[in-house]
Amino acid sequence: MDYDIIIGLEIHVELKTSSKIFCGCSNEFGGEPNTRCCPICLGMPGTLPVLNKKVLEYTIKAGLAMQCKIAKFSKFDRKNYFYPDMSKAYQVSQYDLPICYDGYVDIDVGDKTKRIGIERIHIEEDAGKLIHDSNGQESLIDYNRCGVPLIEIVTRPDLRSPEEAKILLETIKSILEYTEVSDCKMQEGSLRADVNLSLKRKGSKSLGVRTEMKNINSLRAVQRAAQAEAERQAGILGSGCEVYQETRRWDDNKGESFIMRGKEEAMDYRFFPEPDLPPVCVDEKFLKAIQASIPQLPRQRRERYVNDLGIPRYDADLITSNKHLADVFERASEVCGNPKLVSNWIMTDIMRRINEKGEEILNSHINGDNLGWILSSMERGEITHASAIQVIDVLIETGEEPGNIIERLGLKVQRDEALVVKAVKEVINKNPQALSDYLSGKEKAVGFLMGKSMAALKGRGDPIQVREILKKELQSYL
Amino acid sequence: MSICKKTIMETSELLRTKKIGAVELTKEYLKNIRKNADINAYVTVCENEAVNAAESAQKLLDSEDEVSPLCGIPMGIKDNICTKDIRTTCASKMLENFTPSYSATIYNKLQRSGAVLLGKLNMDEFAMGSSTEYTIFGSVHNPWNGEYVAGGSSGGSASAVAANLAAFALGSDTGGSIRQPASFCGVVGLKPTYGLVSRFGLIAFASSLDQIGPISKDITDCALIMNAIAGHDPKDSTSVKGHASDYLEDLDGKVDQLRIGLPMEFFDSALDGDVGAVIRNALKSLESRGATLSECSLPSIKNAVPAYYLISSSEASSNLARYDGIRFGYRNENAKNIADLYRLSRKEGFGSEVKRRILLGTYALSSGYQDELYKKALKVRSIISQEFNSAFEKYDVIAAPTCPTTAFKLGEKLNDPLKMYLNDIYTVAVNLAGLPAISVPCGKGKNGLPVGIQLIGKPFSEKLLLNVGKRIEKEIGRLEIEQKEGL
Ligand SMILES: [Zn+2]
Repeated sequence: MDYDIIIGLEIHVELKTSSKIFCGCSNEFGGEPNTRCCPICLGMPGTLPVLNKKVLEYTIKAGLAMQCKIAKFSKFDRKNYFYPDMSKAYQVSQYDLPICYDGYVDIDVGDKTKRIGIERIHIEEDAGKLIHDSNGQESLIDYNRCGVPLIEIVTRPDLRSPEEAKILLETIKSILEYTEVSDCKMQEGSLRADVNLSLKRKGSKSLGVRTEMKNINSLRAVQRAAQAEAERQAGILGSGCEVYQETRRWDDNKGESFIMRGKEEAMDYRFFPEPDLPPVCVDEKFLKAIQASIPQLPRQRRERYVNDLGIPRYDADLITSNKHLADVFERASEVCGNPKLVSNWIMTDIMRRINEKGEEILNSHINGDNLGWILSSMERGEITHASAIQVIDVLIETGEEPGNIIERLGLKVQRDEALVVKAVKEVINKNPQALSDYLSGKEKAVGFLMGKSMAALKGRGDPIQVREILKKELQSYL
Repeated sequence: MSICKKTIMETSELLRTKKIGAVELTKEYLKNIRKNADINAYVTVCENEAVNAAESAQKLLDSEDEVSPLCGIPMGIKDNICTKDIRTTCASKMLENFTPSYSATIYNKLQRSGAVLLGKLNMDEFAMGSSTEYTIFGSVHNPWNGEYVAGGSSGGSASAVAANLAAFALGSDTGGSIRQPASFCGVVGLKPTYGLVSRFGLIAFASSLDQIGPISKDITDCALIMNAIAGHDPKDSTSVKGHASDYLEDLDGKVDQLRIGLPMEFFDSALDGDVGAVIRNALKSLESRGATLSECSLPSIKNAVPAYYLISSSEASSNLARYDGIRFGYRNENAKNIADLYRLSRKEGFGSEVKRRILLGTYALSSGYQDELYKKALKVRSIISQEFNSAFEKYDVIAAPTCPTTAFKLGEKLNDPLKMYLNDIYTVAVNLAGLPAISVPCGKGKNGLPVGIQLIGKPFSEKLLLNVGKRIEKEIGRLEIEQKEGL
C-alpha cells in the first residue's frame, strides 16, 4: 500500500466492582432482566447518584498501571442524548477533566518494543440493553447493565497496523486483568473497542480523514475490522475519491462495516458539569495506597520468569498472557520448588485442558497449591507421571482433594518388593514368546514385558524398581 | 380561636398536655382543607393516611416523655417532593399518575419526628413559575384575596400555611419559589444554604440551585422545622457535613451591633413605592434596636435574572429528559415508533412553560451557543458569588424586599413570560450564590396584601437570619387573616 495506516483505539472496560457506579445494585453479569436495578439506576424522579469510591480506586489503579498522570481535581459531566436504554437520557461521564491522562503502554511487535500513548482514561456509566422481539413488534429493555461502571481508555493515534491494534488491545486486556479492575470478558461485552482509522500517503505530512468503527468485541475482530477499513479507505483513495468522516458499525460475521451516521448527523451531546456530583479531589494518601496495591505487571513478570527462573521466553509469554495462569504458575513453583517442571506441565497438560474446558477450570478446581502439591508428589516418586495426569483429570471433573483422589484410587506407587516380584514373575510366565525372544537376544522384548508388568501393577509401580526386578528375573533364565 | 391558627409550638404544647388529641387535631385540619377548597392549595389530600399517622403520633405522645415538638403536627408537602405510596405529580400531566416507591429524605425525617402528612401541595409545573398558575390542577388563590396569585412555585405551600390548612409546609426554592410565595401570603419562608437540606427525593428542576425549605407561621416554627430537616444525607452527594445546628437555641431577637447592608440594586425603580415604604419601616425598627443600616452595592445583580434563567433552564433541559414515556409518567399510546413516542409523550405531557424552558436550556447548551450562553452565565454566577462574599466582609446580613410588588392578579402575567421572570429579580441571585435567605412578613401594602422582607446571609448563617427575623416579628407581629364567616 502507498499509505501509512494511522490507528487509535477507544477502549470501554466494565469495572468489576461489587456494586454499580451510583447505587447499591449488584454489578454481577446476567440475572433475569430488570432484577438488578433500583430507583437510582432507573433514573426515577428525585433520585440522586452517589459515587462508588471503588470505581475511583479502580480507575486510578488502571491509570497508574498505564503510567498515567492522575488529576488532583477532576469532575463529572452529563452527556445528553435520548436512547431508551439510557434511563436518565444522559450518561454521566467525564468531558474535559478526566481522572487519568498522559500515560503509555509498551507493546511487543515482533521482537521490537513499541510505546503507545494513552491520552486519557475517564469514568462513565454503562447503559442497559434493548432486546428486539423476534416478531419485530416490540422492543424490550433490560436495565441490569444500566449504571455499571465503565472506564474509557483513549489511546493516541500511535498504532501503525491492524496487528498492532490487536496487540495493544491484548496488552491492555492483560494489564486490566493483572490489576484486577476488570474481568475483561469480551464475549460478555465487558471489554469493547472503537477503532479510529485514517490513511496517510507515505511521505506526506497531512493526515487523512478518519472514520470511527464502534463496539468491536473480540481481539480478532479488532484486527479484522481495522484491516478491512484500511483496505476500504485505500480503495476509495485509489479511485480518486474522498473518504468521509463517519461512524461505522463492524459486522464480524459478514466481515464488513456499514455506515451508522455521517459527519452531518454527528450528535450534539450538550456536555455540561454534572450538578449532582461534587468534583473529585484525589489526595496523596489515597493515591499512595492504590499505587502500593498494583501487582507486578505481565511484562515485568515475564522478564523475571525468563531471567530468574530460567523459563523459555515462549513459555513465559504464554503463561503471563493470563493472570490466573501466571498466578497458578507462581504458586505451584513455590510449592514444588521446580518452576521448569511446573511450566512444562502448564504448557502441555494444563493448556490442553484449558483449551478443552475453558479458563474457568483455573478458578474452580485447579490452583497453584494443588498443582504444586501433585507435581511435588510426582517428583518425590510417590505417584507416577501417568497417575499425576489422572489426578489432575479427576480434580478438574470433581474438585476432589488430590490427596483423597490418590488414596481412593490407590494411586500411591507400589514399592513392596515381594509384590512387584510376584507380578513380574506372572507376566513372564504368561508371555513365553516374549521370554524366548529375550533369550534369543531381542532386547525389544524387555520393553514389552516392562509394559505388561506396569499394567499388572495397575500403573502404580515405580518404573525404575520394576525395570530392575524385571531385568533380574529375566537374567535368571539365562 | 381555631386550633388551626396556632403555631407548631402552641399546638405541640396542647398535644403534650393532652388538651387535644393528635387525631382530633388532624381532623380539624382536614375539615379546614375541605372548607377552603377554593384556595386550591392541595393537589392530593390523604385523609386515611393522615388519620393513621395521627394515631401513631398519639401513641408516641402517650408512651414517650421526650417526643419531637413536631409529633402529631399536621403538615403539607409540595408535590415535587417524593412521598412513598402517595402520588407525587409536580403538578404535571407527565407525572399525574406517578406514585414513587421511595420517599424524600426530609419526608422520612419528618415522619420519624411524628409529623402528620395531610397531603401534597399545588405548585407551578416542575416548580417552573412564580404564580402557581402553570399547574394542571388549576391556579392557587391567595388566601388574603382570592383574585390574586399566591406566588410560586410553592404557592400551594404558602397559601396552605397562611390559610391554616397545615401547621407548616415544605416547599422548594430554585430562584425564589419559597420566599416569593411566602412574601405574597404573609408567612415565613426560608431557603437554606445549598447543601444544608438533602435534595434526595426532590424531583429536580435545576440541581445546582434547588433547595428544600420550610414555610411556617412564625420564626420559631421555622427554626423548629429546620432542626428536623437540616443535616448531611449520604444519599445526596451535594449535601454537606457538620453544618446543621440547633436553630432554636439563642433565638432571642437581639440585633444590637448587627451590620445590615442594603444593596441599592434591590431598592431600584422596579420596587413598588408602597412595598418600599413597608420594607423601610421594618428596617427602621431594626435600627431602633441597635442595628446599623448602610447602603451597599452588588453591581452584577443586574445580570442575575438572565444568568439564572440560562443556568436553571440548561439543567432543567437535562433533568427533564428522562420523561420520555418509557419507564414511568405520561405516554402517548398511539406512537408508531420511538421518535414519535418521545415527541408525542413530551409534547402532550409537558405544559407550555416547561417546554419553553426545555427549549431555552437545550439551546443554551448546544455547541456553538454554549460559550455565549451557558458558560457566560456560569461566569456571571461566580462574579455574583464574589460580590456577595465581599459584601459579607462588611455586613452580617443583607436586607432587601423579597419581591418588587405585593401579589399580582391571577392571569395578569400569565401571557407575558418576561414580566413573570422579572418578578424574581430580588430572589434569584441568592440561589446562584448558594446562600441562605429568609422572607419574613413585615406589613401590608395599601391594597391589604402582605409584604415580605428578605434577609440574606453568609453560607450556613441560618441561625443569624432567624434571629433577625425574630426581631422583625417581635416589632411588627404575625400577619393573620381574618377568619372567614362561618368558621
Ligand atoms: Zn441501582
